[in-house]
Amino acid sequence: MARTVLTWWIPLLILQSFLLAIAFGSNEVEEEFSESLLLKPLPDRKVQKFRVKEMELSFTQGRWNHEHWGGFDSLSSMNAKPVGVELWAVFDVPHSQVDTSWKNLTHALSGLFCASINFLESSTSYAAPTWGFGRSADKLRYGSLPREAVCTENLTPWLKLLPCRDKDGISALMNRPSVYRGFYHSQRLHLSMVDSGEEGLGSGMLLEQSLTVVLQPDTVYDGKDLQPSWSLSSLFGRKVVGKCVLAKSSNVYLQMEGLAHQALWKNEEFELSTQPDRILRENSSFLYIFNIDKSSDSEPFDLGLTWKLPSKWSCQQAPLHASRFLMGSGNERGAIAILLKATESQDKLSGRDLTNGGRCTIRANVFQIFPWYVKVYYHTLQIFVDQQQNTSGEVLKKINVSPSTDKMSSGMMEMMLELPCEVKSAAISIEYDKGFLHIDEYPPDANQGFDIPSALISFPDHHASLDFKEELSTLPLLSKFKDKSLVRSYTEVLLVPLTTPDFSMPYNVITITCTVFALYFGSLLNALRRRIGEEERFLKSKGKKTGGLKQLLSRFTAKIRGRPAESPSSESTAAAQSSVLSSKLLFKIILVAGVAATWQYFSTDK
Amino acid sequence: MTKDDGEMVEEQKKKPCRFWIWALSSVLFRLILISYAGNLNLSSRPEVSTPLTSIRRLAEGYWLKQASMSPYAGSMYHGSPLLLSLLGPLTVQRLVAETSSNDLKLCFNLVEFKKEDTLDVSGSKGNQVTSFADILSAILLRGIGKKLQMAYGLNARLLGLLKSPRDKGILPCGDIAALVYLWNPFTIVCCVGLSTSPIENLAVILALNGAVTRRVPLAAFGLVMATHLSLYPAILTIPVIFLLGYGLDAPPLKLFLQTRNVESGNRSSTSSASKQAKSKPTAQLPFLWKTVVHFVFWALVWSLCVMVLCRLSLSKHGGLEEMFKRTYGFILSIEDLSPNIGVFWYFFAEVFDFFRNFFLIVFHVNILFMLLPLAIRLKHRPCFLAFIYLAISSLLKSYPSVGDSALYLSLWALFVNELADMKFSFFLFCGYLGVSLLSPVMHNLWIWRGTGNANFYFGNAIGYACFQIVFVVESVSAMLNHDRALKKCNPNHQKVKN
Repeated sequence: MARTVLTWWIPLLILQSFLLAIAFGSNEVEEEFSESLLLKPLPDRKVQKFRVKEMELSFTQGRWNHEHWGGFDSLSSMNAKPVGVELWAVFDVPHSQVDTSWKNLTHALSGLFCASINFLESSTSYAAPTWGFGRSADKLRYGSLPREAVCTENLTPWLKLLPCRDKDGISALMNRPSVYRGFYHSQRLHLSMVDSGEEGLGSGMLLEQSLTVVLQPDTVYDGKDLQPSWSLSSLFGRKVVGKCVLAKSSNVYLQMEGLAHQALWKNEEFELSTQPDRILRENSSFLYIFNIDKSSDSEPFDLGLTWKLPSKWSCQQAPLHASRFLMGSGNERGAIAILLKATESQDKLSGRDLTNGGRCTIRANVFQIFPWYVKVYYHTLQIFVDQQQNTSGEVLKKINVSPSTDKMSSGMMEMMLELPCEVKSAAISIEYDKGFLHIDEYPPDANQGFDIPSALISFPDHHASLDFKEELSTLPLLSKFKDKSLVRSYTEVLLVPLTTPDFSMPYNVITITCTVFALYFGSLLNALRRRIGEEERFLKSKGKKTGGLKQLLSRFTAKIRGRPAESPSSESTAAAQSSVLSSKLLFKIILVAGVAATWQYFSTDK
Repeated sequence: MTKDDGEMVEEQKKKPCRFWIWALSSVLFRLILISYAGNLNLSSRPEVSTPLTSIRRLAEGYWLKQASMSPYAGSMYHGSPLLLSLLGPLTVQRLVAETSSNDLKLCFNLVEFKKEDTLDVSGSKGNQVTSFADILSAILLRGIGKKLQMAYGLNARLLGLLKSPRDKGILPCGDIAALVYLWNPFTIVCCVGLSTSPIENLAVILALNGAVTRRVPLAAFGLVMATHLSLYPAILTIPVIFLLGYGLDAPPLKLFLQTRNVESGNRSSTSSASKQAKSKPTAQLPFLWKTVVHFVFWALVWSLCVMVLCRLSLSKHGGLEEMFKRTYGFILSIEDLSPNIGVFWYFFAEVFDFFRNFFLIVFHVNILFMLLPLAIRLKHRPCFLAFIYLAISSLLKSYPSVGDSALYLSLWALFVNELADMKFSFFLFCGYLGVSLLSPVMHNLWIWRGTGNANFYFGNAIGYACFQIVFVVESVSAMLNHDRALKKCNPNHQKVKN
């Protein structure tokens, strides 16, 4: 079973890099081109207007499988994104204006990408990470929407930013059904301001778009242990017909990791359908580069791979595998736990470059945003290393907490852990109380629960990069991969169910509560006021002695027929009193209701 | 007379003995409960810990302060900064002691995790806090014990005046009140659940005690502290000033005047004018302006002290402005909608945003509105007035807990003699019992099991509010009836004498 599962991963990974190539290929094009064409709706005005220094927006569906798809390569560290929408931006404005710029940016992006990014506008949904995000900038804002459903309406505006859209070049492969059929897809937009260095030109901007898709080849499993063979046309249902005329270069890369002994495109293990234009050698892998310039209508480019021998696939793992889960039951409180488990690759990594003062350690940064309705008790933070609770500050090197304010801001926690290399597992647990919201604050499907955004675990001492010997300035994607990138992984999104009030009850609650208070007010005032009446009655009865009382009695007996007339007078007076009381009470309640009604009438009239 | 005196002395000897036995046994009972507190899970019950009194929130505030952040950062802690520096270290010690004693082991298993979770949330009770609670109870006890003597003397004087034959029937209300406080399940639950409401109650009782025993600085201190801790005791200024100005609870002034007149009329009709002139100043009970001014001065001094201390402890972050915003502001603008035994949480969770401010004002004014009528009507009974004020404020509080009920119920026991013929007492007892039994059930059904909804718990809260209303109204009318009965007694006396 495991084997069959493993067999899938190779083609998948290949496709990821392949698609990345598309993104970067087309991206490069943009730099070459006239502004009007390449930066059509999005960047120019917006960037200048909001003074964005750097910005990244990603739409993701599905979760990157760090265990099977790799956690220690440039691809995963750059393109594995949390579910839903993630947006971060660094601004170039004074501190006081950062938040307003952020709000404007979210609104603009929301309109541009047909997504509810504008929900990130409210201060309860974004945070300002200081160092935990791995990018230390004091004007950084970070927000994510785990609930956002990503679909074609988000992809289309993204494709519109490409010079040839999805009409020509590699992007023609973007057949919607095949893209959205995959396990994982993530579209990413990275925008950064770059100083050209030259005087006259001033600063320019660099827009990177990348789409990462993990697909499963459609080939029928033929019973042998061979992995399924695939081709571009079988995966996407389309072929590449020539490059986008506006593109400077348009390349397809195929990375084969670990298995090939020789850099041949036809060997005893597998066979490629097309001859690569160039083969690069990395540390443990080979990179086959295909240039699609030559392809045309008559001769479309269709890369295919056929396996000849069964092969086993393994990928390089991040030093620790992070997962997150909820503990506890009920809707009152709970706890969040982040579990870091050692992976196999850790052993070889730990000895390499992590000796710190004679002690081998792994550093891990945890960055986590808590929505305000998850009221975290930071004093309950517990760290367990190898199932032993760690109370001393040995493991927890640095912690930065900004607690959440009810309905005002979200909470943020940044932690730097320093774990010994031989650690098997480490766990962080923190308790929280669930908040209770106003009925208007619940989303339409309130009983589904609320999402806590992914935590980001990054390893500041570990960097992933592809290590090429060759000079790669002409291949922008690869030069990007050659840069060291921080190893990071996002954890699962947590779904926290919150208790709901009865949504159909507002009127009942208001009337019942007001009645109770009317009861309090009326009866207490009555009890206090009773003396005068009683004294008067006392005086009257003293004066008339019998007349008044008898009259009252007779009237009372006339009122209630059937009752014996010899009911004691004190009781009758009490009853009469109580009837007076209740009628007065009734009157008061009616008065209050009337006032409320007129209030309502006049307020709605406005 | 000598025989009576002997009996009295004997009783007085016996009573404290028995009283101390009961008090000690209540402390023992608490200690026993505390050792099982882990299973009781009381510190997170909504009835015990409100956002204002929760010990967990206090621990969080302390942690934030230790991490050189404002304790009010985030919306966890809403109490006093002084309480934080007083109780904060205890919570930390508690945690450390807990972690070192409990050899916790982490298992990557949800069930195991859950167990540990509950263990830590509730089970960590340090001895420090419990001993603190015990000392607190002892102080409360003594404060009420002093009141007992005052009330006793008052009653004796009153009866001497009336020459009632029921001389021996006077109940030792101080002992009863103290024991009611100590043995009230609400108090015990608050003590074991480590809420801060016992401390607030202590401050209130200190104020009353100081006013009753005419220790003006103590009264001022208690009042200032109580107001500082929970805002609502500010309304106790009126009864405390009455207590200091007019003296202790007494039947209405008219009665004294009448009896004086009768007595003077009996003794000599010739020099009636001179007698009246003599008796008038004593009968009119002059308002002691000097004491009251003294009290105001001390109150100012103490509040200045409290301000300065708060200022010092918050100097690095926010200062006093933030403190007022986060404590009093939080109380007044009911922001936290987590369920408690009051009715406001659900009301403000459901009410339309447009009306929110209107209702906030209405509900808060409701407390203030009743102050004046009550003060006019019960001017001669300032202690009782204080009790009614406390009951009203605990009824209309934004975040009520059972600790508030415990306080006013024990104060109620101070007036057992006067309120002996209170109506509906059995009904009320059953009501309180029923509500306090149903509340955890409803909460469990709604929050933990998910089989009930919020209306279950809210219905319970409404029932509780209704019982409290009946309780307040009935005790007020019983007290007024008692005065009336005294008045009725008096003319008879007059007639007999005449």
